[in-house]
Amino acid sequence: MSTAVTPQSGEPVFYEVDEHPHPEGHSTSLGFWIYLMSDCLIFAMLFAAFGVLGGNYAAGPGPKDLFDLNLVAINTAMLLFSSITYGFAMLEMVKGNTSKVLLWLAITGLFGLAFLGIELYEFHHMIHEGAGPQRSAFLSSFFTLVGTHGLHVTFGLIWLVTLMVQVSRKGLILANQRRLMCLSMFWHFLDVIWIGVFTFVYLMGVLR
Amino acid sequence: MSSEAHAHGNAHGHDHAHGDGHSHGSMKSYLIGFFLSVVLTAIPFWLVMTGKLGNPQLTGFIVMGLAAVQIVVHMVYFLHMNPRSEGGWNMLALIFTVVIVVIALSGSLWVMHHLHANMMPTHDMSKMP
Repeated sequence: MSTAVTPQSGEPVFYEVDEHPHPEGHSTSLGFWIYLMSDCLIFAMLFAAFGVLGGNYAAGPGPKDLFDLNLVAINTAMLLFSSITYGFAMLEMVKGNTSKVLLWLAITGLFGLAFLGIELYEFHHMIHEGAGPQRSAFLSSFFTLVGTHGLHVTFGLIWLVTLMVQVSRKGLILANQRRLMCLSMFWHFLDVIWIGVFTFVYLMGVLR
Repeated sequence: MSSEAHAHGNAHGHDHAHGDGHSHGSMKSYLIGFFLSVVLTAIPFWLVMTGKLGNPQLTGFIVMGLAAVQIVVHMVYFLHMNPRSEGGWNMLALIFTVVIVVIALSGSLWVMHHLHANMMPTHDMSKMP
């Protein structure tokens, strides 16, 4: 039945009976990192779908007719600015400067909101022109991929506002520092995904 | 690379504050990362929008190469990835994910490309006599 392995040489074996101390939140950043990696897999599947379907226009409009690269460049700049301003918020957090953390978080939120606004304007414009997600396989996969990224940014913004309320009420307590760090990873991760989006969807689409 | 070491050294200074071993970087590392990202974003947009190279295929390869470099820049300077964070578990999870992503992406594109190429040709009405 049970095959206990007995040490051959007769040396004493020690087992740890007591739990290690697990300080609160000591593994949060690793756990959150693993969540981000699983999110990365979702985006990989959406990129794969876009890669397969991205050339099927069903005699409809293609990337060259639809994409305005000036708008995409502005959008990319917004997300990049929001990344660096979130970095500044993290640096102020390390210094323990609550009001400056809130200021930089607010600026980050405004850049994120600008990004979302431009993206929604683009979507609205495309759907208005009859290039909605139901038009062709290319547009279905486009809206799914870019829309999923936009949804992530939306939830990131909700999280950002929540944390601003938390920080202003409770201050930079350890739990809030941990939450700010998780949102930092989430926010920078979204910027990494956006690099893939503007490269593969917009720039390569226009080149195609 | 010195900024990386600096960022790590910085992390040790306030590790006791939250004890997660996660680096927050420094002003210098954020600014370097931001500067590199701006350059690495501006070049591909400029190349595609002006069509300077005149060769879409070459432009495509350069654009993809710059995107790969920019992803690494973001990982190092904004997400503070290094082989030592979380005792190497962050890096291990990242490597695992990258392997899965590469298999999924290249496999999907490869299989679907061949499936597409082997499909019976559809009737192209425009070429009918």
